[in-house]
Amino acid sequence: MQLVLEKRAERSNTIALVSPLIAIGLTIVTMTILFAILGKNPLLALHAYFIAPLTDSYSLQEIAVKATPLVMIAIGLSLCYLANAWNIGAEGQFLIGAVAGSWIAVKTQGTDAGAWVLPAMFVLAAAAGALYALIPAICKVKFGASEILTSLMLVYVADLFLDYLVRGPWRDPQGFNFPTTAEFDPVATVPLLIEGGRLHLGSIIALLVVAAAAILLGRTIKGFEIRVVGAAPRAARFGGFNANQLIILTFAVSGALAGLAGIIEVAGPVGHLQPGISPGYGFTAIIVAFLGRLNPLGILIAGLFLALTFIGGEQAQIAMKIPLDVTKVFQGILLFYVLACDSLILYRFKLVFPNRQVASGTH
Amino acid sequence: MRKSVLALAAGLLLAGSVSAASAADKLKVGFIYLGPIGDLGWTYQHDLGRQALVKELGDKIETTYLENVPEGPDAERAIEQLVRAGNKLIFTTSFGYMDPTLKVAKKYPNVHFEHSTGYKRDKNMSTYSAKWYQGRYIQGLIAAKMSKSGVLGYIGSFPIPEVVSGINATILAAQTINPNIKVKIIWANTWFDPGKEADAAKALIDQGADVIMQHTDSPAAMQIASERGKFAFGQDSEMIKFGPKTQLTSILDTWGPYYIERVKAELAGTWKSEDTWGGLDSHMFAMAPYTNMPDDVKKLAEDAQAAITAGKLHPFKCPVIGQDGKEVECKGGANLADGQILGMNFYVKGIDDKLPGK
Repeated sequence: MQLVLEKRAERSNTIALVSPLIAIGLTIVTMTILFAILGKNPLLALHAYFIAPLTDSYSLQEIAVKATPLVMIAIGLSLCYLANAWNIGAEGQFLIGAVAGSWIAVKTQGTDAGAWVLPAMFVLAAAAGALYALIPAICKVKFGASEILTSLMLVYVADLFLDYLVRGPWRDPQGFNFPTTAEFDPVATVPLLIEGGRLHLGSIIALLVVAAAAILLGRTIKGFEIRVVGAAPRAARFGGFNANQLIILTFAVSGALAGLAGIIEVAGPVGHLQPGISPGYGFTAIIVAFLGRLNPLGILIAGLFLALTFIGGEQAQIAMKIPLDVTKVFQGILLFYVLACDSLILYRFKLVFPNRQVASGTH
Repeated sequence: MRKSVLALAAGLLLAGSVSAASAADKLKVGFIYLGPIGDLGWTYQHDLGRQALVKELGDKIETTYLENVPEGPDAERAIEQLVRAGNKLIFTTSFGYMDPTLKVAKKYPNVHFEHSTGYKRDKNMSTYSAKWYQGRYIQGLIAAKMSKSGVLGYIGSFPIPEVVSGINATILAAQTINPNIKVKIIWANTWFDPGKEADAAKALIDQGADVIMQHTDSPAAMQIASERGKFAFGQDSEMIKFGPKTQLTSILDTWGPYYIERVKAELAGTWKSEDTWGGLDSHMFAMAPYTNMPDDVKKLAEDAQAAITAGKLHPFKCPVIGQDGKEVECKGGANLADGQILGMNFYVKGIDDKLPGK
C-alpha cells in the first residue's frame, strides 16, 4: 500500500477556504504538545501569543506598525510574482528608498525647510526604489540575466552603500563617530496618528496601497494583463500582451513601494538613518506575499498575522519566559503547515495498492 | 485567518481555567539583549551579570530579558514591552539601543533605564561602559613580545571609536617593545560571524601575522590560530577551550558588580542618572589568566595591569602622535581626555593602513 499525491483535475475551492484553518489547528496542536514538553501551560502560552496582543490598543498599534512595511512591500512583490517576474531584491529597494529619502532630510537638517520636505522624501524614495528595481528588470529583458540573482545581489550593494554613507559623509558630527545620521527634523518625520503611540501615517498609506492593488488587479485591463502573462504566457502572447513590458512595469512598481516603505520606516519609527534599519523586511515580505496568496486582501491579513506572531512572541518571552527560539519554531511550524495544507488545493492524497490481490491474500 | 485563530484559541481558553500569574511585590528588572545568549560572547557576558544579580538579590527582584532584539525599529517596541510588563529598571545592552531607549525613557519618566556603551543620557537614563582600551594595551605588550615575525593581525568589527581606540592602544603598547611592529587590520563589518572571522584570521596569517587579535565575538579566529600554531587573544569571554595552547589572555566583560550596585541603589531609592565608564580599577572588565607565555612576559603583563589599575600608567599618555605625524592635541592634561578617546577616529603613527570613512 502506498500513499501518493495526485494532481486534482481542478483546484478545490473548499480546501482553499478550509486549508488555513486546518493549518492553524495543526499548529495549535503541535505547539500545545511542545509547550507541555517545555513545562509551560499551553493555554497561557497560546493566550500570550494570540490573545494578549489583541486586547489593548498599545499592542494593536504595534502590530499595525510592524505590518506596515511588510504589507507595502508584499503588495509590490505580488504584482511581480503574478506576472512571473521574480523580484527577490525588495530588501535592497527598501534600503535605497530609505537612503534617497534620507538625503533630503540630511541636507535640510537645521534649516527652516517647510512642509514640502516629507512629501519630497516620499517621492524621491519611491523613484529611487523604482530605478533600483529597474536594473535587474532591464538586465532580464535586454540580456536575459536571471532577475532572481541580480535583484538579490543588489541587496548587498544597497546595504553596503547605506553603510558607507552613515559611516562617512552623512555621519552625525555630534555622534562620537558612531554610524548614524543625526535625528531628522520634525518636518522630515512621519506624523503620528495617536498621541503617545507609535502608529503613524505610513499605516494609512499601506491601506491605500492595498486598495489600489485590489482595484488594479480586479478592475483594470493592466491587472488582467499581469495575471494572464503570469498564468498563461502563450495565451498572453497571442493576446498581444508584451511580457517584457510587464516585467519592467511590475519591477518598477514593486521597487517604488519598497522604497516608499523604506523611507516611511526611517522617517517614522526609527527617526534617523543607520545600518540595520530593516530586520529583513524585504525577505519576510516574500513570505507575506505567498501567505496572502498574492491577493491584496490576503496580503493585508497575512501581514497583520505575521506581525501578531512577532508581538505575541515578545509577550510570551516576557510573561512566560518562553525562549525566543520557541517563537521562531512556532513561526516555522505555522508556515510549514500553511504551505503544506495549500498543496491540498491542487493535489489530493490517494492510496495506491500496487498489487491488491497479493496484498489481500496475505491477510 | 486571524479570526479563526482567535476563535480556536478562545475556545481552548474557555475550556481551561486561566489564572493570571500572581504579581509579587518584587522589583522587576528587565534586560534587552542583542544576540541569543549562547555560551560565550557579548550577550552571554551580560547574562552572566544578570545571573550574578539574581544570585545576590534574587529574593528582592525578578528579572526578565528579551534576547535577539535587532537594533532597528523593533528595539523601541521591545523596550516598551518590558516597561508595560512592570519592569522599573531596564538595562539595554548594545549601542544601537541608544535612541530607542531615550525615546521610551522620555515617555516613562518613572522608569529608570541603563544604556550600555552609548553617550545620550536623561534624568532617568544612565549610561555605562568599560575602558577596554586598557586591556588592549596589555595585550599589545604581550603581542609584541610573543611575535617573531613582528606582524600582528587585528580583526576589527566596525570602525567606531571603541574599536579604533583599542587598535591604537594595542599599537602604542607594542611600539614600546618593538618600535617597528606592524599591524594588519581586516574589518569584518560584523560583531559575530564565525565564517567571516575565520576567513579574516586565515588572511591575516597568510600575510605574515603570528599573533591574532580580535574585536569580534566568536572563537573562530582562536580556532584558526590554533590550527596554524599561532597565538591569539580571546574577546568578551574566556576562550581558552578553543585554543588551550593558543590563547594568551582575553578581555572578560564582567557586568555583575555594576548590575548589583545599580539594582541596590534602585531598591534603596537612591538611583540617579549617571555616566559610568569603568576601568580595571572598577572591575567593569577583567583579564583572563596570562597563559602560553614565558614568565618574563607574564610578569610584564601583570605589572602593566597593576600600574593601569593603580592609575600610574595611561595607555594614551601624551604626546600621542597621529598617523599624519602631527601631535594630537592633549586635552586631558598628561593624557588624552576621556572625550577624545570616546570619540577617537584617527590612527596613531605606525599603523600602515587607512581608517575606513576617513
